[in-house]
Amino acid sequence: MKYLADIGGYAIMVVEVFKKPTKWRIMKTLILKEIDELIFGSLGIIIFISFFIGAVVAIQTALNLTNELIPKNLIGFATRQSIILEFAPTFVSIIMAGKVGSYITSSIGTMRVTEQIDALEVMGVNALNYLVFPKIIAMLFYPFAIAISMYVGIFGGWLAGVFGGFLTSADFVEGLTLEFIPFHVSYAFIKTLIFSFIIATIPAFHGFYMRGGALEVGKASTTAFVWTSVVIIITNYILTQLLLG
Amino acid sequence: MIEVSNIHKSFGDAHILKGISTVFETGKTNLIIGQSGSGKTVLLKCLLGLFSPEEGSIIYDGQKYSELSGAQQRNLRQDMGMVFQGSALFDGMTVAGNVMFPLEMFTKLATSEMEDRVNIVLKRVNLVDADHKYPSEISGGMQKRVAIARAIVMNPQYLFCDEPNSGLDPKTAILIDNLIKEITEEYNITTVINTHDMNSVMEIGENIIFLKDGLKAWEGTKHEIFKTDNEAVTNFVYSSELFKKVRQMYIEERN
Repeated sequence: MKYLADIGGYAIMVVEVFKKPTKWRIMKTLILKEIDELIFGSLGIIIFISFFIGAVVAIQTALNLTNELIPKNLIGFATRQSIILEFAPTFVSIIMAGKVGSYITSSIGTMRVTEQIDALEVMGVNALNYLVFPKIIAMLFYPFAIAISMYVGIFGGWLAGVFGGFLTSADFVEGLTLEFIPFHVSYAFIKTLIFSFIIATIPAFHGFYMRGGALEVGKASTTAFVWTSVVIIITNYILTQLLLG
Repeated sequence: MIEVSNIHKSFGDAHILKGISTVFETGKTNLIIGQSGSGKTVLLKCLLGLFSPEEGSIIYDGQKYSELSGAQQRNLRQDMGMVFQGSALFDGMTVAGNVMFPLEMFTKLATSEMEDRVNIVLKRVNLVDADHKYPSEISGGMQKRVAIARAIVMNPQYLFCDEPNSGLDPKTAILIDNLIKEITEEYNITTVINTHDMNSVMEIGENIIFLKDGLKAWEGTKHEIFKTDNEAVTNFVYSSELFKKVRQMYIEERN
């Protein structure tokens, strides 16, 4: 019953976010601040993880290709497919659910605990629009971060494959272009856009409607991470079935 | 003037306000006192429009809140200033930014005009030198003064304060109480203060209502509170030996 109430509450929140918009002059500043915080602030960790995961995928594939009949360019092919189809859009989104999601829940939750949200509401400000809308807009830039993740992941795979002595650069590049389906990139970005909305709104819901003190802010952040991850995984399955199935 | 008539408010099975009627007068500091859980905060939130009472009405200078449209309610809210218990200043903004926030949100004033207005109210609360500081860089008393400045920057008709001097030392608490009283008289606004600080009651209690178990148990002035024989009030107000002695001295002096 509580889950149903939460789903209903979340839907109402999403509608409220788009009502009674804040002045553009103020909103513009908030959006730029959120882009800096949510997107640029996450690039470091995205690049770091993408590079090493790409490298590991290439090495794992190479070590499992024991049959001499299987061409080495399969390492490039497998790296490309893993990174573009799943690692960059889904795995990085789960990492972002932890990094960005906990920031969103804790910052909004702290505002709730310290009555800053009440202060906004007393003034007649639509607190949901003021706090959540800039985050949703900022997260529209998230696919750019995922594009970087794809490039860096594949670069990591190339570096590990070539300099690890598993294959030549030409083999890797040949594998990268082998049976390339451009729609796979579109599929990845469609997923990313939907995940960006999930990452911006589910943690915001948990922060905005939390009650209690500092301890509850921590609990809300954990709950938000769990639910954001669960929803990303389920949405990933549904989208994969719909778009590729 | 705010006229509250027979308001009821419940949360689930808990009936918090059980039919409160009173009048909060303009130009006076109206105090709501009572023990924790008596319904003070719920009443204040009903006055602010954050909670909707199930029964009864709240009338702000002839405007019945429940009969106003959404836009009219929002306009009315812009005539309200609120000082929260914990100040509720926005962490990411400077003192000046906090005070300017309502002006930026709801007026079309040029930046220079807003800055002038901010300087006037910061001067009024003696905080001109702190305008560039962040809330975390100033004391609790200064934060309360910033909250007061933010609450009055839009020239409100109604000022609400939730325990404005909680957590402050006695000297600063008296300064805050007096500042609120002076502003109330100077701007001729209707001020409602939610408190359980007896020093505030004695200092600025021009009109006091005492709540007990969601009902108005007593109403009067700070002078009348010394003389009342209402048991609920005397048990609450004179629970400390100090206040018992103060009351005794007051009565002896009057006799």
